[in-house]
Amino acid sequence: MIIHSDFDPTKRPVLVETEDFHEVTDVITLPAEAKPTFPWVLLLLGSLSLLSVMVGMIGYLFWEGTGVWGVNIPVGWGWAIVNFVWWIGIGHAGTLISAILFLFRQKWRTAINRFSEAMTIFAVMCAGVFPAIHVGRIWVIYFVFPIPNSMGVWPNFRSPLLWDVFAVSTYFTVSVLFWYMGLIPDLATFRDRATTKVRKFVLAVFALGWRGSARHWQNYERSYLILAAISTPLVLSVHSIVSFDFAVSKVPGWHTTIFPPYFVAGAVFSGFALVETLLLIARKVYGLEKVVRMHHLDNMNKFMLLTGSLVGYAYFMEIFIAYYSGNIYERYAFYNRALGEYWWSYWIMISCNVISPQFFWFKWCRQNIPFMFIITIFINIGMWFERFVIVITLHADFLPSSWGYYRPTWVDIWTYVGTFGLFGTFFLLFLKYLPQLAIAEVKGVMPVASPHHGEHHGAGGH
Amino acid sequence: MVFPKWTNKIPAIAAVSAFIILNALIFVFWYWFSPKHLNVGYMPEQPVHYSHKLHAGTMGIDCRYCHFNVERGSFAGVPPTEVCMNCHTTVKTSSPEIVKVREAFATGTPIKWVRIHKLPEFAYFNHSAHVNKGVSCVECHGRIDQMDVVREFAPLSMSWCLDCHRAPASHIRDRKLITNLAWHPDGDAVENGLKFMEKYHVNTRTDCNTCHR
Repeated sequence: MIIHSDFDPTKRPVLVETEDFHEVTDVITLPAEAKPTFPWVLLLLGSLSLLSVMVGMIGYLFWEGTGVWGVNIPVGWGWAIVNFVWWIGIGHAGTLISAILFLFRQKWRTAINRFSEAMTIFAVMCAGVFPAIHVGRIWVIYFVFPIPNSMGVWPNFRSPLLWDVFAVSTYFTVSVLFWYMGLIPDLATFRDRATTKVRKFVLAVFALGWRGSARHWQNYERSYLILAAISTPLVLSVHSIVSFDFAVSKVPGWHTTIFPPYFVAGAVFSGFALVETLLLIARKVYGLEKVVRMHHLDNMNKFMLLTGSLVGYAYFMEIFIAYYSGNIYERYAFYNRALGEYWWSYWIMISCNVISPQFFWFKWCRQNIPFMFIITIFINIGMWFERFVIVITLHADFLPSSWGYYRPTWVDIWTYVGTFGLFGTFFLLFLKYLPQLAIAEVKGVMPVASPHHGEHHGAGGH
Repeated sequence: MVFPKWTNKIPAIAAVSAFIILNALIFVFWYWFSPKHLNVGYMPEQPVHYSHKLHAGTMGIDCRYCHFNVERGSFAGVPPTEVCMNCHTTVKTSSPEIVKVREAFATGTPIKWVRIHKLPEFAYFNHSAHVNKGVSCVECHGRIDQMDVVREFAPLSMSWCLDCHRAPASHIRDRKLITNLAWHPDGDAVENGLKFMEKYHVNTRTDCNTCHR
């Protein structure tokens, strides 16, 4: 990825608007070396207060029990799983960008991969909060792992909820490793530029003695490739398994084979939307316009158009199959989604997820920053509602006498809002103290990095 | 160089020790924190020095003489002082231990026996369901007839219950022999057990709601 600079700068889009390696290093390292800015401190304080709201809500939940949430029969799964699936889905764009686009040698990924990998990790952390706290008896949470115990109690290996535990913990571990691997050369750059003793020591610990020798780069390239290969199936498997939480059950509207691909497409869709939301802000604040160019944003918008259309196709196909199957319960589930008590959530989902990405057919929409910012916000909202619509199918279950209307409580709402504090805190710390872009990779795709840079095309014989 | 050369070994050492520590931690909890380790052998001091070895062993009084509820109820029952007095109105009336029993009887204050076999409140156990299907006292309580002071014989952990519920045959015998703690089958215990399992329609279950209702 870094050494292969074999592309022809006259034919390929220019990915970095500078010819100077040092300028790239400066742009990326200076924010980390400067004193924290006032808006950053303000944002961090805001995030920390939201984070403490989340911690408070969780404390209250542990003290009182899950009764403080709005869940009850028939809607036994409420906001907790909606938030879990939403957050975990967001992570998928990061893995797609870092692993799959890497394997396909999509060089434009270098400007956004670090960013989206960080987002993946923090999103998975936010997602992990919900399954961890939703168990009524938190003191026996270790039951979710197959640990030998004197009760002879093992998790149910036939349950997708257990597969979920493995899928998510594997996903988190691999994502952290992948992210950290990529950070090592850049941390070494930071270390070498460090002026204070403490800063040098801390960075030296995490740079793992990186000296940038050819041997180091060779090992690095190889292990990066291996980790990319391990991560690639995870893009598909993690959200497939999350979809099994629903699809393996027998609830009408959930028990469908389209769920795994539809969930994966939705995950990538929402992930790209959030990466872009964050990137647009950071690009402006940190002046990364030369590295994160319109070309990148345009590509991401195309991805959202593709995955958004896939999601729209899945919505349509669900309805068609419900009709075509002739199964009255399946038909009712979809009729009830669109026209029942929760009609509003269904139509928010359709307008945000199906209609809004269609604007990206037009180049003007793909390249207009305020416009795409608004669309990404809509997509983020729409994808949250998609999971809400799916979960809320439960409100009209098999026994009409127990049908009910689910409402979240204030604890539900503030726990969800609080996870933005968790995400924001980590993300702000990342933006301030770590290289926001992969310095070495960005340099690798610069035109001057090409061995043929400066040669006259067609003139000199190779 | 910020660090001396030996620090190169730290990541490898940290990885190996993390693996060992994690496994050791699980082992510590699984082994030393288990009922098998913590509960077996629990032998509290009782208010009256009553010897099962003397009564059930040497004199051969049937378990059901005192624990008379075992075939009918979920609890085997701690015998009331009146049961002791059936004999001890005339036997060894001046022994200091018996004096305590007689006093309890005279004043109507029950003796505060210390309970040894405790199951959690969310586990439903029924003595009659077990003894009537040919599970002997000895299977869970051990050789009570050889204990001067009673101690806990079995861990009473859930996995211990399940061991028998999954493969009950070797723990089942003729109903007539349930209080014969010294008895051993002549032939194969499983073969003998299978015979009585069929006779008593033993159908052990391992569903959650078998014990957690």
